[in-house]
Amino acid sequence: MASFIDFRNPPGSDRRADNTIRATAEPLWVRRVVIGIVALFFFFFLFLPLLVVFQGALAKGVDVLKEAFTDHDILHSIWMTLIVALITVPANTAFGIAAAWAITRYRFTGRQVLLALIDLPLWVSPVIGGLIYVLLYGRRGYFGPWLQAHDIKIIFALPGMVLATTFVTFPFVARSLIPLMQAQGVEEEEAALTLGASGLQILRRITLPKIRWGLFYGVILCNARAMGEFGAVSVVSAKISGKTNTMPLEIERLYNDYLFPQAFAVASALSLLALLTLSLKTLAEWENRRQFEAGQRSLLEPTIETAP
Amino acid sequence: MAKKKHVLPGFRTSVGWTVTWVSLLVLLPLTALVGKTASGGWEHFWETVTDPEVVATYRVSFGISFIAALINGVFGFLAAWIFARYDFPGRRLLEAATDLPFALPTAVAGIALTALYSPSEWLGQYLEPLGIKIAFAPAGVLIAMIFIGFPFVVRAVQPVIEDLSADVEEAAACLGANRWQTIRYVILPPLLPALFTGIIMSYGRAVGEYGSIVFISGNIPFQTEITPLMIFQKLEQYDYTGAAALGFTMLLASLVIVLIGNRLQTWGNRFRKLA
Repeated sequence: MASFIDFRNPPGSDRRADNTIRATAEPLWVRRVVIGIVALFFFFFLFLPLLVVFQGALAKGVDVLKEAFTDHDILHSIWMTLIVALITVPANTAFGIAAAWAITRYRFTGRQVLLALIDLPLWVSPVIGGLIYVLLYGRRGYFGPWLQAHDIKIIFALPGMVLATTFVTFPFVARSLIPLMQAQGVEEEEAALTLGASGLQILRRITLPKIRWGLFYGVILCNARAMGEFGAVSVVSAKISGKTNTMPLEIERLYNDYLFPQAFAVASALSLLALLTLSLKTLAEWENRRQFEAGQRSLLEPTIETAP
Repeated sequence: MAKKKHVLPGFRTSVGWTVTWVSLLVLLPLTALVGKTASGGWEHFWETVTDPEVVATYRVSFGISFIAALINGVFGFLAAWIFARYDFPGRRLLEAATDLPFALPTAVAGIALTALYSPSEWLGQYLEPLGIKIAFAPAGVLIAMIFIGFPFVVRAVQPVIEDLSADVEEAAACLGANRWQTIRYVILPPLLPALFTGIIMSYGRAVGEYGSIVFISGNIPFQTEITPLMIFQKLEQYDYTGAAALGFTMLLASLVIVLIGNRLQTWGNRFRKLA
């Protein structure tokens, strides 16, 4: 067939480009197969579970969903989750900034040990995160008798849940800030110091604006974990619905009572939070990478920048 | 003297706060863990950690999670490869979805996976006639462990693939290597340390995992019980020293896993500098 369209080399791809691709890339069919495999994996392992949650929440109709979110015990679990997050997230944010400042600004003995201890909750089982506080403050723990004599309840009550959540979430802010602050260096802070700024002024006017996306990133990860923590909290909570249940614990209670639509209703709320976290995190990652690269550039080629 | 070393102000405040916080939250409780373990005596410790039911949980927590980590090694590597190298519609979406297991509360993942694979539900109804039992069987534990460990491999491998310089591949192609040879002899070797690091990290996470597993596993003694669950059981019986013994053992095991991971990472970084 006489045609002016060359099928071997369709418009937009000249022969030279085609050859380059062949030398340093996989054939098209390989690429398609690999993408297909990965897409299937994502579908079965990540998207389908999410779909199950939302379908489960809506399966018995919107009325059941409405009922679930007016139920006293479920509302109380939401309240508990918010209280725990409201205490732990600001506390760990303050700690994270202080820790990142200490680790990246100074060299001192024990710095590596401190760094290792900050990392510890990331790799131990969350159940251990609950266990260690039971051993300290539980009825037969080290401080148990004293606490009982003074009628202070930590384990099986809010303070214990806050402690366990603080334990599992405290690395997040520090860990997101440390590499960023390391890359950005201290020139601007030192310049501010020579110009007579105080420590707090440096923190507020120089450092915090420089690290804001990294900080944001750490805070939302910390918050997601604080609201979703299950293993550590279930060790130290009495698991009484309407009293000491957070949302994840309430999900377990509802699920074990075969109240599936309600369990999935609470789960869908937490899933929405997870999706929101993921999108904010992706946004923060882009901004963070931009700042990080800017920081590295300024390390490589120190230039004098005029304030905008 | 010490002041001269620290130019920027806030040394005492920041280090003081950090040390206090870490001491109260980590050091003091860990001391309690070691103390309680020791107070039970060696015999009680040995009895607890070698109890047949507990030993059966090691096979699940340390064995099945190893298989899960290897499976994640394969799929995580492929995912990291296509994110770094290929452009296709939906890439950004998949990339952002990779971290879903980090963001999704484990209890939510637990009930979702259980519903997905229970007999007579979503996928379970098609698998049951084939004689495949996933929920309330070891396979269910495997699925949950794959789910929670997946992001680690992608996150470890993807930046290293992005860092590979194109000239070595071009050189290999110029010298007559076909694509498979280039991948096998030029691309893969510098990626191996990162791949192993990712696998080890995903292994470490699966070993300690609790929330997403306990729903789908059905907690059948000698079959699908995991070690963290044993800690719960000991605490419910007010056997604090037994719980501490198990916690201490798990802590040591995790420490070993982390140290291996760190070693691999250091090795990989040296590799990257040479390349």
